[in-house]
Amino acid sequence: MGVRLEKPFLLLQAAAVKAVQAQMGVYQLADDNEQVLYIGSADARSLFGLRGELQRFLEDPEVTRFRVEVNTAYHTRRQELLMLHQADHGELPVRNRDYPFQLGRLSPA
Amino acid sequence: MELSLSNEQQMIVDMVRRFVREEIVPLEMHLDPDADQLESDDRERLVGKVKEMGLYGLDIPVEYGGPDIDVVTRTLMAIEMSQHRAGLYAPCYGVFGGAGLAQLFEASDAQKEKYLYPTLRGEKRGFFGLTEPSGGSDPARAIQTRAIQDGDDWVINGGKIFISGADKADFGLVFARTGGEGRGGVTCFIVDTDTPGFHVRRIVHTLRSAHYATELQFEDMHVPAINILGQLNKGFAIANDRLSRQRIPYSAGCIGVAVKAHEMALEYSKQRETFGAPLSNRQAIQWMLVDNEIDIKQATWLTLEAADRARRGDSFRKEAAMCKIVATESAGRVVDRAMQIHGGYGVTKDFPLERWYRELRIRRIGEGPNEVQRHIIARDIIGAGLR
Repeated sequence: MGVRLEKPFLLLQAAAVKAVQAQMGVYQLADDNEQVLYIGSADARSLFGLRGELQRFLEDPEVTRFRVEVNTAYHTRRQELLMLHQADHGELPVRNRDYPFQLGRLSPA
Repeated sequence: MELSLSNEQQMIVDMVRRFVREEIVPLEMHLDPDADQLESDDRERLVGKVKEMGLYGLDIPVEYGGPDIDVVTRTLMAIEMSQHRAGLYAPCYGVFGGAGLAQLFEASDAQKEKYLYPTLRGEKRGFFGLTEPSGGSDPARAIQTRAIQDGDDWVINGGKIFISGADKADFGLVFARTGGEGRGGVTCFIVDTDTPGFHVRRIVHTLRSAHYATELQFEDMHVPAINILGQLNKGFAIANDRLSRQRIPYSAGCIGVAVKAHEMALEYSKQRETFGAPLSNRQAIQWMLVDNEIDIKQATWLTLEAADRARRGDSFRKEAAMCKIVATESAGRVVDRAMQIHGGYGVTKDFPLERWYRELRIRRIGEGPNEVQRHIIARDIIGAGLR
């Protein structure tokens, strides 16, 4: 598994979301420029897993793209993706600024 | 060894048990089942309560301001503190505080000022960097990270893996080879994590939900000679001492989880009916519950015996190895049986059993694999000539 989530973004549309597995994992939401707006996880409380999480954003005008990674270690993987974003951009994605837990520092190769 | 608890020990155990059941478990109802941290408001509130109870900073020696609680009582407390979902790797989410890195009690005065006291005040965090990609079971021989003297500095190159907390730490203890092969050529350095050349490359995702591990890389990292902890080429003794001491609370945490899993299994077996009778009426289930009782009792007595030897200042290396083997293996069996009794529910994230099952598997490997513990015991009973 690579450290970064590098698979291509998909358009956030009902048909594409319907095809997403109802599994636990992590996801990224982005705008038209593929700028990451939010890094989230479908945790054990998420109804219908990743699919259910993404469905919540179908009507959100700013969010147009998404990508997912099915991962049972969703908790630590989400933290890793947040730290990577911080390392690459100097700050968290705009919709993660209120992340309530302390994050560490990564300096990926 | 005294086999019954003193009034004071019983009072402390009861207090911690109440704290876990009334403060920690209800909070977990609203957290993700894999959570490893509390939100800061909850954390501060609970740290305040623990301080009011006079139990904050458990492992801090009394001369540094810690509570005057002996190692047997601390072991009894550790058995209570892990009795919740995140309890194995994040007992009470850390609100009881800790000593950080106990090895720093042996530091020079200047090192204590810079690293130990801020750590005890909760202002700095440290990590323990021993295991390398080349191996962790035999660190004295596996360490390939190299430090070479350059004037007043040492230049460190190499890497570490499975290191907890390095990404959030201000400094760490890094073990590097400064001499020849074997344990006589290893030195412990205190390394600031903002030193150029210090890199946390990635999180190493494992079965564990709490306190993930990281992989570190050191590239031409300059560390001043005054940051050597202890003596040059004597670092292995520091690592070894830490590993032996750590095995007692490590075992106690496993026992706590086993106690809670067994309690859940007992309760469920009395409620759940099959073919017109409660599960607890079936001999197959009764024997599982009996085996749980035996496993827990064996592990508890061995762990308390090791703690009692440590309290008296006697050698406890063999006993610590024994309790580590028995506690980690028996807790695994207890949780496995509890899952079996719960049937399908046992493997869901609705119950904490699946998390304990995953995380307990690591315990047979962490802090020295159980095979190495058996080797330690064999060396002790057969003689030092055993290789």
